[in-house]
Amino acid sequence: MNQDIEARKQELLNQGYTEVYTKTKVLTDAVMHYCPGCGHGTTHRLVAEVIDEMGIQDKTVGVSPVGCSVLAYNYFDVDFQEAAHGRAPALATAVKRLNPDTFVFTYQGDGDLAAIGTAETIHACNRGENITMIFVNNGIYGMTGGQMAPTTLIGMKSATTPYGRRVDINGYPLRITELIATLPGTYYVTRQSVQTPQAVRKAKAAIRQAFENQKLKKGLSFVEILSNCNSGWKMTPVQANKWMEDNMMPNYPVGDIKVEGKLVENVDVARLAVDHPLTVMQ
Amino acid sequence: MAKELKLMKGNEAIARAMIASGTDGYFGYPITPQSEVMETLMAEKPWETTGMTVLQAESEMASINMVYGGAATGKKVATSSSSPGISLMQEGLTYLAGAEIPCLVVNVMRGGPGLGTIQPSQSDYFQSVKGGGHGDYQLYTLAPASVQEMYDFVFDAWDIAFKYRNPVLILSDGAIGQCMEKLYTRDYVPRWTEEERRKNAPWGTWGKPANRPHNIITSLELESSRQEVFNLKLQAKYAEMKEKEVRYEMLNCEDADYIFVAYGSSSRIAMKAMQMAREKGIKVGLFRLITLFPFPTKQLAEVAKHVKGILCVEMSAGQMIEDVKLATACGVKTEHFGRFGGIIPTPTEVLEALENKIIK
Repeated sequence: MNQDIEARKQELLNQGYTEVYTKTKVLTDAVMHYCPGCGHGTTHRLVAEVIDEMGIQDKTVGVSPVGCSVLAYNYFDVDFQEAAHGRAPALATAVKRLNPDTFVFTYQGDGDLAAIGTAETIHACNRGENITMIFVNNGIYGMTGGQMAPTTLIGMKSATTPYGRRVDINGYPLRITELIATLPGTYYVTRQSVQTPQAVRKAKAAIRQAFENQKLKKGLSFVEILSNCNSGWKMTPVQANKWMEDNMMPNYPVGDIKVEGKLVENVDVARLAVDHPLTVMQ
Repeated sequence: MAKELKLMKGNEAIARAMIASGTDGYFGYPITPQSEVMETLMAEKPWETTGMTVLQAESEMASINMVYGGAATGKKVATSSSSPGISLMQEGLTYLAGAEIPCLVVNVMRGGPGLGTIQPSQSDYFQSVKGGGHGDYQLYTLAPASVQEMYDFVFDAWDIAFKYRNPVLILSDGAIGQCMEKLYTRDYVPRWTEEERRKNAPWGTWGKPANRPHNIITSLELESSRQEVFNLKLQAKYAEMKEKEVRYEMLNCEDADYIFVAYGSSSRIAMKAMQMAREKGIKVGLFRLITLFPFPTKQLAEVAKHVKGILCVEMSAGQMIEDVKLATACGVKTEHFGRFGGIIPTPTEVLEALENKIIK
């Protein structure tokens, strides 16, 4: 199949077409299993482009989670470890401490990072491990069929909150990114998204910054990527992106939260951490 | 350090053996009765001498997963804990076995179930050799009976772990962990150089050079037919261990009418009971298990042909006895004697149990 693609590309080039967009070499040729419209594919690509552009493919070790991105190791052409559910920051801690010259990144979803792996997340951040953590938040457990995640919004429907998340039953959505921004061990904490070209460019700059910080041994960099889960949300990709902008973003505001070890001035983390999340209609 | 005669605790011996055997990393969490392992390492500061990394994790879940991540880069990485902590590590252990990662885990057993007691026990036999975590896997399990063996088995563990790409468990107990005995230290084995790591662990994930495909450490295989093939490969590995790596010790078994089967602390007590029995004219031998997996099935079966009865001595309600009966196909009278909940039996009790349960 890849040979077919290569042949077709050559044919078009021979006809005078110009190549303006191509797959980064840090992604393998494996066909991704992600649903069309999901943010994982884009986020993978951004991480891979950063690795490529920094010329660190031979020094990078990735750690994948349990969840939709469990098979991330098939898509990145770098050495990879697949962790037990929630434990990626523990693996990454040891990889980096035992191999200080490597670039280590974790890639986790909201259930993995903010529910079952909360302890590993907080303690890796608090120790200031010199790693990069990529956190994809789509407010739902995608892989297991759309159950409630720690980040599921109030009123948001899921397979285990079929009438919408209720505070009296399920408690509040967890703003873990604001939480970890308060830890002295984190150097760079940001929330980005990948639903528009503009957002993608900002997200890439953030991921690049996170890897550059690691190069300079600055400590832990944490990049949250807000994403849709159109399958789990039962929407078309376009509807899901709109819904994400209308409902996820007011609860999970996009932008830098902590830069160079200091909270960004116009972001009130304390207020965000205690503010009641908004109720959404779905 | 060259060969020297020292006096130290079993837990300290584990720590010093880790440093001396070229261990690259240790990740642990405090729990009685094994906290001296990490305390010794922190006091020794091996990062300033051999370059070994030592880190106190936030939980046993984190420490076993740090072992997973570190060991998956092809380095010698270890942890230690005691029974409740080892229970928390079971998820990590099945992942380590499933991803075929060499590593060392030390369990200094205490009484259970639950929070149980901090006193010695041997009630984690089933957990150690019958699974513990989910799936069909085995840990190569060594049972030291002295402080010297606590020290020596750490060196042996690295050979086995990397030979078979398998986790190794040293199953000790609070008595051996806490008691002080003399031991001979060994010459330092240097930590592997980068070249040695790459040669000994070509599967490791340390950053992919241009001339090899990316290495992936995973225990996931969604295609059942391939997962079955992988399971068969694991089983073949365990079969090879059973064939080649069984360790045991026999004392006075040649002329014995009766034998004790025991391991670890219990084997020390059984040895005294054996001497007391011999003084009374009862021909008793001791079959000491050194590896619990692989179990010395054939060797024990051979000895059992010539004896009238077997007393299994274990600080448990009777776990190892199941493997003894399987080995002997229940062909000889076999009984269990044990104290539990942190109580250590006396040699007199063991001898009385032999007389009452087997000889009478």
